Amino acid sequence: MNQQATTPVFEARGLVKRYGQVTALDGADFELYPGEILAVIGDNGAGKSTLIKCLSGAIIPDEGEILLDGQPVRFQSPMDARRQGIETVYQDLAVAPALDIAENLFLGRELRRPGLVGSAFGMLDKPRMLAEATAHMQDLKIGIRSMRQAVETLSGGQRQAVAVARAAAFARHVVIMDEPTAALGVKETHMVLDLIRRVRERGLPVILISHNMPNVFEVADRVHIQRLGRRVAVIAPHSFKMSDAVAIMTGAMAGEEVAA
Amino acid sequence: MTNVLTERQPEPSVVSRARVSLAHGINIGTLGPLLALLLAGIFFTIESDRFLTGPNLSLVVQQVMVVGTLAIGQTLVILTAGIDLSNGTVMALGTIVMTSLAVNAGLNPILTIALGLLVCAAFGALNGTLITRLRLPPFIVTLGTLNIAFALTHIYSREQTVSNLPDALTFFGNTFRLGQTNITYGSVLTLLLFLIVWYVLGQTAVGRHVYALGNNPEAARLTGINTRRLLLGVYTIAAVIYGVAGLLLVARTGVGDPQAGQTDNLDSITAVVLGGTSLFGGRGGVIGTLIGALIVGVFRNGLQLIGVASIYQVLITGILVILAVAVDQIARRRQA
Repeated sequence: MNQQATTPVFEARGLVKRYGQVTALDGADFELYPGEILAVIGDNGAGKSTLIKCLSGAIIPDEGEILLDGQPVRFQSPMDARRQGIETVYQDLAVAPALDIAENLFLGRELRRPGLVGSAFGMLDKPRMLAEATAHMQDLKIGIRSMRQAVETLSGGQRQAVAVARAAAFARHVVIMDEPTAALGVKETHMVLDLIRRVRERGLPVILISHNMPNVFEVADRVHIQRLGRRVAVIAPHSFKMSDAVAIMTGAMAGEEVAA
Repeated sequence: MTNVLTERQPEPSVVSRARVSLAHGINIGTLGPLLALLLAGIFFTIESDRFLTGPNLSLVVQQVMVVGTLAIGQTLVILTAGIDLSNGTVMALGTIVMTSLAVNAGLNPILTIALGLLVCAAFGALNGTLITRLRLPPFIVTLGTLNIAFALTHIYSREQTVSNLPDALTFFGNTFRLGQTNITYGSVLTLLLFLIVWYVLGQTAVGRHVYALGNNPEAARLTGINTRRLLLGVYTIAAVIYGVAGLLLVARTGVGDPQAGQTDNLDSITAVVLGGTSLFGGRGGVIGTLIGALIVGVFRNGLQLIGVASIYQVLITGILVILAVAVDQIARRRQA
């Protein structure tokens, strides 16, 4: 992969975030290149989730800059980030169980009927949402028959698939997945990992935050290792042992030696 | 490669399969209550010749008009997983503002109706603000505003019933003839309100957001719904609907009564619950509430017709409420 020749889609330089005495991010850098799955790993307190929250707009860094397609951006809220084409999938299955799949896919971004019924009476274009939901789900090869099924009738993996499909349908630049498999069983985890690959195949770069090393090594193109508020290394999983990654994460091995 | 998604697809249960048709307003949640209403209707039709007649059914609707309208607002609040205990006394305050300003201050009754609705809206906005900004539980907030509205009603009215109302205030008590039956304009307004709210809940984005908010507020927020504004809006709109209920009450009784509405909060919750709307939020709808209100009305009316003491209606209502909540709980547990 000749990534270094291209500009990153999404980049952060020298991010700093302090909470009182605690420095969660201490000059962290970050790069995401087109068409890749970048895993972000790190021990508890490494600043992993603070970094992701900065990137998804959930918190505003004290210092440093974030660049989207080479342009500096400042996200004031997760909504801001979403408007810029960055979608986030959360670990805790952020779906409304009693609503159906199509309604969940379009939640907050409903389509209205054309003409007066849509503009004056706000009538939803349910047939179109149903059709588009079906298309999005098929696009990702998610084999759920009816988009009119309530999400609560689905398994945990299928629910997460709905959340991933929603993110993939609306993201223009980046999909961030925050521990998307943490609540799932082994089989369903693999299903979601397949799904993450298909999102990449559709041309969307993915940031994957995960505690699960085997998962990370299975699916990621590159692995960003966070330690003590900084990025200490970026490694290619196929040329690295998992134990080395853990060693870097915990500080047993110096990260600088292995910068990819 | 086998597709885990297709493989693991669970067969939809009866409950969920029916819920697929949620948007059409008829689902398992409203099917039970509808069945109860029909059975009660059939029973009273057999037992009394007078039950299934136009005038009698019109009377049933008139009797449930006020509580039914209050229950529309209550449904909206309960769908967000909230509760509104203040609706009866807020309504009473609205009626006193409408009638007292018209009769004692001589203001234009159309203006006083608007002012009455505005006072109700202000109470709704107060409820919503305390719940969203201070994150206080709806039960406690509306228990507080229940008492505040009650006290203001009595202070402002000096405990006096307002009578000799101008015609505009009792317009909705007037009737028109449909065949052999006199129907009040108020009944039509109530049904119209049910229809409008049914449309908004099922067919518009904001309606779906109300369900999402009641279902999983965090998910609703994460998908970009302004949940605070939505919740504030729900409590405010609900309170305006309580004001309309007040207008109907004034039209029906012909007076502004400071003692009105004191137990209507519980009656409206009863109608909502009987209609199959979940007290945990996110499930149900106003068609169920209409059915719930009618069940109470039909039992009251029917038992009266066959000469049974009306206290039995209360007994039956109590049993039905517990039954309705039990059905909801069992359905939820099966989903979990």
